[in-house]
Amino acid sequence: MSREEVYEKLNEVFRDVFDDEEITVSDETTAADIEDWDSYEHINLIVAVEEAFGMKFSMGKTTGMKNVGEMVDEILRQAG
Amino acid sequence: MKELEYPFDAEAILRKRKKLRRSLMEDGSKRMQKRIAVLGGSTTHDIVSVLELFLLDAGIEPVFYESDYGQYWNDVMFDNPELAAFAPELVCIHTTTRNILRFPEIPDDAAAVEGLLEETYQPFVQLWEKIAQRYHCPVIQNNFQEPYFRIMGNRDAYDIHGRVHFVQALNERFHAYAASHDNFHICDIHYMASCYGLQKWSDPFYWHMYKYEPAVPAIPEFSYNLAAIIKSLYGKNRKVLALDLDNTLWGGIVGDDGPENIEIGQETSVGQLYSEFQAYIKAQKDLGVLLCVDSKNEEENALAGLSRPDSVLKPEDFVMLCANWEPKDKNLQEMAEVLHLGIDAFVFVDDNPAERHIVREQLPGVAVPEIGQPQDYLITLDRSAFFETTVLSQDDRKRSEMYRANAQRRQMEAAFTDYGAYLDSLQMEAEIGAFSPVYMSRIAQLTNKSNQFNLTTKRCTQAELERYAADPACITLYGKLADRFGDNGVVSVVFGHQEDAVFHIDLWLMSCRVLKREMEYAMMDVLEEKCRQRGIRKIRGYYYPTAKNKMVKEFYGLQGFARVSEDDAGNAVWVYEIKEATKKRTAHIQIREAGA
Repeated sequence: MSREEVYEKLNEVFRDVFDDEEITVSDETTAADIEDWDSYEHINLIVAVEEAFGMKFSMGKTTGMKNVGEMVDEILRQAG
Repeated sequence: MKELEYPFDAEAILRKRKKLRRSLMEDGSKRMQKRIAVLGGSTTHDIVSVLELFLLDAGIEPVFYESDYGQYWNDVMFDNPELAAFAPELVCIHTTTRNILRFPEIPDDAAAVEGLLEETYQPFVQLWEKIAQRYHCPVIQNNFQEPYFRIMGNRDAYDIHGRVHFVQALNERFHAYAASHDNFHICDIHYMASCYGLQKWSDPFYWHMYKYEPAVPAIPEFSYNLAAIIKSLYGKNRKVLALDLDNTLWGGIVGDDGPENIEIGQETSVGQLYSEFQAYIKAQKDLGVLLCVDSKNEEENALAGLSRPDSVLKPEDFVMLCANWEPKDKNLQEMAEVLHLGIDAFVFVDDNPAERHIVREQLPGVAVPEIGQPQDYLITLDRSAFFETTVLSQDDRKRSEMYRANAQRRQMEAAFTDYGAYLDSLQMEAEIGAFSPVYMSRIAQLTNKSNQFNLTTKRCTQAELERYAADPACITLYGKLADRFGDNGVVSVVFGHQEDAVFHIDLWLMSCRVLKREMEYAMMDVLEEKCRQRGIRKIRGYYYPTAKNKMVKEFYGLQGFARVSEDDAGNAVWVYEIKEATKKRTAHIQIREAGA
């Protein structure tokens, strides 16, 4: 899976979870950039991303990822 | 909404719930509003947001109060002012095995374990009693799921030190409380967790990471089950199973194969599967669900299939049998008319996806489950929870008989030219009296589900009705009607309150099963007499139109009231002056006043 492919799928997940067709995320995107991205929505987002890519993030990763770029790194690492 | 019907895609619901919510809110349907407090022993955010979807889909618009994390007990016991101001109409207590603070330890003796059980159980009893006394509203309480690990392995189930044993003992206490208290309902997460798979349900990741129990992926399953209880409490249950025959109630096609060759009974594995399904349907009938046949068949073939000695369901189990070549949606409409039920009372069960599609398109109010393969039929119906039984009254058990008796009455009616003579021939006897405890559950049930013959459509919980019954300013009346064909049970509920010399009718409803029997006259005669005895001079009646109660628009006019006002929306006020003596309205019913 290429980084672009990951982003394509990831954007769909973000658009569904935040119900906003305009969202396009990038490496630098953080919770501060998306209005509804609070701690509850973070849980829902993580679960949706895990389901979409068929993988699980560790507890450390779940709280430790600083931006979307780190999430993509982790997805690519697990997809290996 | 298809996405929210069982079997649903839980992942899609979680991911797309904002969009789902938006389209539900924009669909323009009218919904009843309910204030629901969810008091959690764990995070409840997602539970509430998914629960909202299922309730919106069922015509209920919830407003939620959510306790802060883990505050389920404190909020109630220390009268959190926010909760008090919210004034819940329903309280759901979301606690789980994670909220059991102490489990038995190996050195404990039997008395210590018993003590620990009480120490765990009693705070819940205090909580429930406080809610009943403070908020007078129904409570839905989770029981406990099995622990997800066993200290002693299999011994955990029976040794007093075992956690499995401890949870079972607690659940027994919870269930005994539920069995002996109205207005208290168990949300059986013990069962749900085992259906879902305990290990996934209680995945410790979600507890330690987010304080969620059950795990986030299991939340739609949990919320659907909870929504079923709430829907049932607010009268949103379905009432009728309209069933196809060939390859739905038996294997094969009776018209082609002949009744001797269809698969039912114990001879083949397919026959056994259908027999189990039929036995399930029969048990639903015993609970008060009405059964109808909606099948493309010659009637004689349909009857021949159902008359096989090894068919669990017999022709007389069905209140209506539509075996013909009409479109199935047309048959359903006819059933709704004859049975005086809304189309949204029906569940249509058919193995043929094309038939399901047509009914879904033509009659969007009908529930049309995707029942899958024959081995899935039973589970799909069961888990869809169309008939969740929160209240089980005598009447439910007798409902089928009553509907069949109605069909007999209609035949007899056809034989009379004079309607009054027909009514006399029924030898009707009414029992009318103030709300009494034996009938309370039936009174609450009627109050929450009657739509058509209902002047104000005021919904009340059983606890509220009990308060009206005890209030000296109120007059409450129930009416039972029996005739030569059988007892219809409680069919009418009326109550109102007195202000000075004026009586206001807050609720007037009657079951459509006794339409045109003059039971409303009998109720009004008794009400008028009760008012007269209290020195009341005027009775005011109110009519509030809904989508379903047009039939009673002129009701008060027929009872001798005069219309004093009506606004643009059709809300009308009627008034009746009580005179010294009046001619009784009732001409064909013997009235017996209960407790008089």
